[in-house]
Formats: sequence, structure tokens, C-alpha cells
Amino acid sequence: MKKEKLTIIATKQIAKATFEMKLENIHISENAVPGQFLHILMEGHTLGRPISIADIDKQNHIVTILFKVVGSGTKRLAEYRVGQQIDALGPSGNGFPSEQNEKKTVLLIGGGIGVPPMYYLGKQLAEQNVNVIAILGFQTAENVFYEEKFNQVAETYIVTDDGSYGEEGFVTDLLDQVGNFDCYYTCGPLPMIKAITDKLIGKRGYISLEERMGCGVGACLACMIPANNQSGYKKICSDGPVFSAEEVII
Amino acid sequence: MNELAVVLPGLNLKNPIMPASGCFGFGYEYSNFYDLSELGAVIMKAATGTARLGNPTPRVAETASGMLNAIGLQNPGVNHIIEQEVPFLAEYDTSIIANIAGSTIEEYEMVAEAFNDTEHVHALELNISCPNVKEGGIQFGTDPQMAAKVTERVKRVSKLPIYVKLSPNVTDIVAMAKAVEAAGADGLSMINTLTGMQIHLPSRRPLIANKTGGLSGPAIKPIAIRMIYEVKQHVDLPIIGMGGICNAEDVLEFLLAGADAVAVGTANFSNPLVCKEIIADLPDVLKRNGLSSVQEAIGKAVFI
Ligand SMILES: Cc1cc2nc3c(=O)[nH]c(=O)nc-3n(C[C@H](O)[C@H](O)[C@H](O)COP(=O)(O)OP(=O)(O)OC[C@H]3O[C@@H](n4cnc5c(N)ncnc54)[C@H](O)[C@@H]3O)c2cc1C
Ligand SMILES: Cc1cc2nc3c(=O)[nH]c(=O)nc-3n(C[C@H](O)[C@H](O)[C@H](O)COP(=O)(O)O)c2cc1C
Ligand code: FES
Repeated sequence: MKKEKLTIIATKQIAKATFEMKLENIHISENAVPGQFLHILMEGHTLGRPISIADIDKQNHIVTILFKVVGSGTKRLAEYRVGQQIDALGPSGNGFPSEQNEKKTVLLIGGGIGVPPMYYLGKQLAEQNVNVIAILGFQTAENVFYEEKFNQVAETYIVTDDGSYGEEGFVTDLLDQVGNFDCYYTCGPLPMIKAITDKLIGKRGYISLEERMGCGVGACLACMIPANNQSGYKKICSDGPVFSAEEVII
Repeated sequence: MNELAVVLPGLNLKNPIMPASGCFGFGYEYSNFYDLSELGAVIMKAATGTARLGNPTPRVAETASGMLNAIGLQNPGVNHIIEQEVPFLAEYDTSIIANIAGSTIEEYEMVAEAFNDTEHVHALELNISCPNVKEGGIQFGTDPQMAAKVTERVKRVSKLPIYVKLSPNVTDIVAMAKAVEAAGADGLSMINTLTGMQIHLPSRRPLIANKTGGLSGPAIKPIAIRMIYEVKQHVDLPIIGMGGICNAEDVLEFLLAGADAVAVGTANFSNPLVCKEIIADLPDVLKRNGLSSVQEAIGKAVFI
């Protein structure tokens, strides 16, 4: 992880309050793995904002992030224009372990703004000839994004809470319908992750967690999650954000 | 002598810059960004008698020019810190200050005593000012008699110089400073965070789970400067100043107000390299302001 400047080369709205931003940076594009994040330091803000890496183009040194405007920091980020630079720490945290999956089937489950890291992971797994199935959950039709892109790397199912697009319901409603898989990966709101890990108990799985962050590097102890280890907790920013499903207590 | 050097009880600092307690962990994370030997000292995260898990999350929230935190003194306990954390920092050519806390006077004594035979720990910062724990902490820091009592008791068992860290959550900071001076403190550390609260409109809930938290960052700098100025008029103890320092100009302001050295807290979160950058900038900032050394700046604000 380093403190880096990234140059914005494209930014556009892709769904309701949801933006895609393409950034140019050599260090991050060369080193990032799926599941890692950027800790973005917006002008006029004291704390950085963690945003997952949604895709990497290693050849052209491009890092893609997707973000939803929910508060002042993400609002500010949405106002940044092409050519401007952003400050960020990255690549931060530990990504998804993707070995042990050769010739196997994996299930990706993304909820809302937890979908972005699933895309980079799915793309990488597909390149490794893993059979990828994806379940993506959104609130309503206007929140749906990246369906086409997922279709290119995975057998993709979309669910919306109100049924306005894809199937109606929650991502957990589809778990029985997608057939067999050897391992699952998920990112999304905590209640969704809890429902999934409860349902898939005993399966090999990796979860990506969220918590409000202070330092983003493991020094301030803001972002804790209870864990089955000696100290009784793990830091989401530096021990995570990805954990194996049985390693933390949710 | 080096223009940035400062000598304080127990501390021979090559420069007056140190990361503040709780904002630097035990140094490990920031050692990935620069060589910690560049720092004047490191103030470690609070140590308590036994491990503490801290408060529920969310534990931080951003505010205008600052942040609220309610970490709740989470730490692995003093023995673990001495065995596992101090050896890492001891590898660097810098001074180490242990921040100590407790729920009872006995716990403070026990923690202070534990550091007696820890080579490499050069001073204690007595945290009587954490606003985020139910017992101890803030009570010791808002009642001059209690503050004096805990200072005196810790002083009696400890072999190290004691810097008492004052809480700004009081009406009369001078009374607090005088009380701990009389009780034998070797220095003051000021200020800790100010109790604050922020409410999220859509949910109408406080932004941190503990409801209230400690406010830090640039928002509190004017309060820190005022308090250091007031205390300096009445108390002779050396002062480690802190509260919202972000750059070398801020450091000079603290020195002029009467601080002998400074700690940088929240700014490490916005820029992990901030301490290194301040140390590099300080000589030039001194020079531009007509000063040839840190020593020459201390307490030299013009108040008449
Ligand atoms: C590892 C990690 C990866 C992430 N990846 C992404 C990503 O790829 N894309 C993305 O869009 N987001 C991502 N997030 C979430 C993102 O970091 C946050 O949305 C962002 O920090 C919000 O910043 P802000 O300044 O816009 O909101 P802030 O102004 O900080 O406000 C936080 C928001 O949180 C909610 N909130 C705060 N407090 C409360 C409360 N007490 N009760 C209820 N709600 C509350 C509100 O919606 C509020 O607007 C990730 C988070 C983590 C930890
Ligand atoms: C996340 C966080 C954790 C802190 N933990 C401690 C602590 O363990 N002990 C202590 O004495 N002060 C603690 N503090 C207070 C700081 O050391 C410092 O006094 C305060 O933040 C003011 O400085 P700043 O504005 O530069 O951050 C903490 C502050 C923050 C922001
Ligand atoms: S955000 Fe500081 S420890 Fe995770």
C-alpha cells in the first residue's frame, strides 16, 4: 500500500446515484487484486472513504471504481472531473483468495454497492477457467448496473427487492436454484452476508465486510469485527475486508 | 545542537514531533510509509491492566474540520504491549512514551509499574482524559482532586517521568494543571478530545454507536492553543501540545503559545506521511518566521 495520486480519465453515472470512475495509476493497477480497496482522501474531508476496486486494466494502468452517492464524501467524489487527480492509499486490505478453484464452479453474490468487487473477481476467475455463477441483488430496476459485463464472465441472475427487474426477492431466495457450487464469495450489506453465511454453513466461502473507517491502515481501531481468534476481534481495513466465512462473528 | 532538538524530562528529542496516542497504533502500520527513526518520539495507544475490546461500531464519524471517535481504549493489555509491541518500536532510533489508562487508581498503578523495567520506554503519558469509557478516564480528568490523587499514586510507583494528559472538558483548565503539578507531575500533555455528538438526519440517530465521542482534528486547534496559553501563565511544567496539528505552521503556533513539543493525531489519518513532512518543513518555517531553533520559539507569542 502506498499514498498515490490517481488521474481521472473518465467518470459517468451508470445507475441511480451510482457512478463509474476510471483512474490512471501504475502502482495500484500493477499490484491490486480483487477484493482490495482504495482509501480515497477527498478534498475538504478529514477521513478517507474506502471504495472497492471494481476492475483493473493492467496494460493501460487503469483502475475502475464504482460508487454510490450516500453522503458528503461520495457526493464530492461524484463532482470530480476528468483530468483532476485524487489522493488515495492503495491497494488496501486483503483480497479474495482465488486459488483452489481450478475446474470448479464458484458462486458470486453481490448486494447493491457490494457488487463492484465481485466483478473484478468474476473476471479474473473466468480467465482462470473457473465456472462462475453470479447472483446480484439490487433494490429496484433503476439501481441495476453492470448486468452486461457480468453476462460476459458469469451465468448471471438479477434480483430486485420489489421485482421491478429480474426476479423479485433477496439474493438468498436464489441460492437453491443456481445448482451446485464449490465455493462462494460475497460482498454487500451485513444482514445480507449474515443470511448467506447462515444458509451456506459448512461451505467454503469468503465474505467482504464494511465498517466506517478512520485511518484505513489498521492503526486507529475504528473498524473492528468480533472474531474467533485470541484477541477476539479483527480489523476490517487491514485484516480484511475479505475474511473466510467462519473466521469472524457476524 | 540540532535546531529542532528539545530536551524534556526523560526525553532527549531530536525533533519535537511525535504521533499522538491512539492515532498511530503501535507504529507498525505507519512503518510501511516511512522510517519511524525520523520521529522525535512515538506515543503508543493506551495501555490498560487487561485487554479491552472497546465500544460497539461505528466508532468514528467525520465532522466539519475534524472527527468524532469512541474507540473505548481498545488495547491488548499492558503485558501484551510490553512483550509484543514495544520490541518492534525499540528497533527504531526514537523515544517511546507509553500512554496509560485504567478504571481504578489501582489499575493505573499496576500499568505504570509494569513499564518500570521495560527498557526503551522513556516516559509515561497518564491518560486521565478519555471521554469514551464508562468508569475511570474522564472522572479522573475533570476533578482536580481526583487528578492529583491518581498522579501522586502513579508517581509513587513509577520510575519514569509522568506527563499528565489533561482533558479539555473542564471549565478551569488551569486548576487541573495546578493540581497535577502539585501532585508531582513532570509534564503536561494537552489536549485530549472534546466530547461531542453528531446526528444523522435520515435515521435521526447519532452517527456513532456510543452516541457521544471525542472530537479531534483542526476543529479543536483554537481550544488547544487557548488552553496551553492559559496554563503556561500559571504552571511551570513542560507541555506536549496537541489538537488539530496538520502542518509545520500549526506546530510553530503551538510552540509560540507555550508547548515544548507537539503530538500529531488525526492528521495521520488524512495523510500517513504527515509527521515526516512536518519534520522536513519545520526548519524552513522557523527560518521564515525569524527563528533559528525550536528552543527559541517556545512560549514566544507576544501577548502584550
Ligand atoms: C472495504 C469497503 C469497500 C467499499 N466499497 C465501496 C464501493 O466500491 N462503492 C461504494 O459506493 N461504496 C463502497 N463502500 C462504502 C463507502 O465507503 C461509503 O459509502 C462511503 O464511505 C460513504 O461516504 P460519504 O462521505 O458519502 O458518506 P458519509 O457522509 O460518511 O455518511 C455515511 C453514510 O452512511 C450512512 N450512515 C451513517 N451513519 C448512519 C447511522 N447512524 N444510521 C444509519 N445510516 C448511517 C448514511 O447513509 C450516510 O449518508 C465500501 C466500504 C468499505 C468498508
Ligand atoms: C481514533 C483516536 C484514538 C485515540 N486514542 C487515544 C488514547 O488511546 N489515549 C489518549 O490519551 N488519547 C487518545 N486519543 C486522543 C489523541 O491522542 C489526541 O489527544 C487528540 O486526538 C487531539 O489531537 P488531534 O486533533 O491532532 O487528533 C485518540 C484520538 C483519536 C482520534
Ligand atoms: S480504519 Fe483504522 S484500524 Fe481500520
